[in-house]
Amino acid sequence: MTQPSTRAPKWAKGLNYDRGEAVIGIEHYVVVSSILFVLGVLGIFLNRKNVIVILMAIELILLSVNINFVAFSAFLNDLVGQIFAMFILTVAAGEAAIGLAILVIFFRDRGTIAVDDVNRMKG
Amino acid sequence: MIHTIAFYIFAAMVIASGALVIMARNPVHSVLWLILAFFNAAGLMVLVGAEFIAMLLVIVYVGAVAVLFLFVVMMLEIDFAEMRAGFVKYFPIGVLLAIVLVAEMILGIGAYSAGALHLGTADGTGAPLIGESNIESIGALLYGRYLFLFESAGLVLLVAMIGAIVLTHRERGDVRGHQNINKQVRRRPDDATVNTRPEVGKGIEL
Repeated sequence: MTQPSTRAPKWAKGLNYDRGEAVIGIEHYVVVSSILFVLGVLGIFLNRKNVIVILMAIELILLSVNINFVAFSAFLNDLVGQIFAMFILTVAAGEAAIGLAILVIFFRDRGTIAVDDVNRMKG
Repeated sequence: MIHTIAFYIFAAMVIASGALVIMARNPVHSVLWLILAFFNAAGLMVLVGAEFIAMLLVIVYVGAVAVLFLFVVMMLEIDFAEMRAGFVKYFPIGVLLAIVLVAEMILGIGAYSAGALHLGTADGTGAPLIGESNIESIGALLYGRYLFLFESAGLVLLVAMIGAIVLTHRERGDVRGHQNINKQVRRRPDDATVNTRPEVGKGIEL
């Protein structure tokens, strides 16, 4: 890492600066994946009417986790992170298949996919 | 320089399309924005040299998962107009939760830049092979050290496939020619075939 130049803003002290131009570091990737994660959680909370959008929000969360794994894998020069990202991809695919299957049989049974109507397992 | 521009383009696109996934009024549009988000995330991964995961992301997510979502969204006929009714009601709690999460992440990043914890370094077993491409290094690791995990990932997919089939399969009485597996398995050659020796010029009665 080079010396922080004087042109670097104070809040960006931890970032890499090269000839006054920002170099993309691990922090950038962590910030992107955090924002994506928060968007996914927000999607789960905002869409109380549509289970499909909730499933898509879960996919967004898993995508942000994958970005994090790959970024740290490159940062630490260790490929195990990418191997793990592949397993997350596997689980995400299985989760989407099972989730959508449950959704289809629920819709066949009740004729709705609103979250608020899912109360059959309440005692 | 071009790395920086590419990173900011991909990052902005992935965040914007992620936001549109949860904001779009029509779930079909949500799926299309999700596809755009996956493509741009794949671009972010290519930038750090993880080509294999990036291509896998495009193939698995865009080719399989997103198409599955599209099928389900279009198969179920839902009145999308009344779907957004609860949006305003749950907006405050959603924003509150998002603020809490963002605050935690800012706290974490701030603590990191103040002086990170040292958790040790990688032992080098997972380091990329010198002079080999990304996919060759991943293959050496996946088919060597992580072989059993790889196989168990296949088992996960098998269970998911069987589960999805069992859940959505339904017996339909009105369809003719239904297969009876018990009857098929019980059938023996003696019941099914018979040996006859008819005289010349005469047919046989079946």
